[in-house]
Amino acid sequence: MSSASTERRLPPVTEVGMASLALIVAGGIYLSAHLPEHVPLAPAVVLLALSAALLTGNLLALSRVAGFNWNRFFQIARWAVLAYAVTAGLILYAFLYDGLSGGTLVVLTLSLVVYAVHVPVLIAFTVARFDMPHQDASVAPATAPDAR
Amino acid sequence: MTGASITVGPAQAPEQAGAPPARIGFEVVPRKGLIGVAVVFVALIVAIAVNKLWPLMFLHVVGGAAWTIIDLFVGLVLGPILGRLSIPARIELTTRLMPKMVLIMPTVVTVALAAGWQLGNKLGFVLTSSPDHGWVVASYVVVGVMAIIALGLLEPANIAVLIELKKPHPRPEVIERLMKRFIYSAGITGLMQIATLVIMTRLASG
Repeated sequence: MSSASTERRLPPVTEVGMASLALIVAGGIYLSAHLPEHVPLAPAVVLLALSAALLTGNLLALSRVAGFNWNRFFQIARWAVLAYAVTAGLILYAFLYDGLSGGTLVVLTLSLVVYAVHVPVLIAFTVARFDMPHQDASVAPATAPDAR
Repeated sequence: MTGASITVGPAQAPEQAGAPPARIGFEVVPRKGLIGVAVVFVALIVAIAVNKLWPLMFLHVVGGAAWTIIDLFVGLVLGPILGRLSIPARIELTTRLMPKMVLIMPTVVTVALAAGWQLGNKLGFVLTSSPDHGWVVASYVVVGVMAIIALGLLEPANIAVLIELKKPHPRPEVIERLMKRFIYSAGITGLMQIATLVIMTRLASG
């Protein structure tokens, strides 16, 4: 089956993406559990670096997939990035209002950037993986579900 | 904002004998709903800026309650029902419900979290010296796990199902696979919301 061979070719983008999200969330929990008091930043920086590395690796792995529907990917991703940039901005606003500054602000902001990029990547990938050009060409219309 | 609805294709003409069934025309992201989202986000910004107790409490409780109740209802009640509906009924419910979920869930989650953080700051719950700090951190963990599942599995499946249903010939096996992911993820987050209820009522009762 063409869809089965396509699945075999795809890297584990969703799994790696969720691992990256888990690292960012862990970093966010660590920071939030200490704020507004002083936060030793080393653990948060390590978690952020690992998460960003997974994000980078994910994108690199995906860039090597032959025939991946990048048009569809970017069609979805650009609107998802806008939406998650807005939500990340609102969350950051709450922290800024409370006077967050310095290294903690930098780490938190970068964490939110990774979040605002990786979630759209996951959404766009999930859509585009089922929209590969050869899948569209090979789809048979006779198996569509009944509407009545 | 013509792209906000991410419409993939036009609705089909009414079905004819032997032809594929007609699809319901729908927007993946309802454009009119974005107005409501904008209003809610402006209210959130104002509430944080004025930093008064009632607006923060209102937004956090309403946002959090909406998030909890929707997760519980969709995960534990509607999800199993959806799985037992006929295919046409399932498609109709999906195309009417899920576009609204695309807007509602990120909105209530963002409001609950941002207002909740500000409220916790105002009431002192977030301080490490607070006697309830452990419960607050526990809520961070629960919310964090739910966020990973919702953002990594649930939301992508939600969008992908709607995009697939907009195609001239949606593939049943793709929709079934994505809906299973959506329903199971919603079930897991629904169960985790019970932990949220325990923690939040514990915090509120002192």
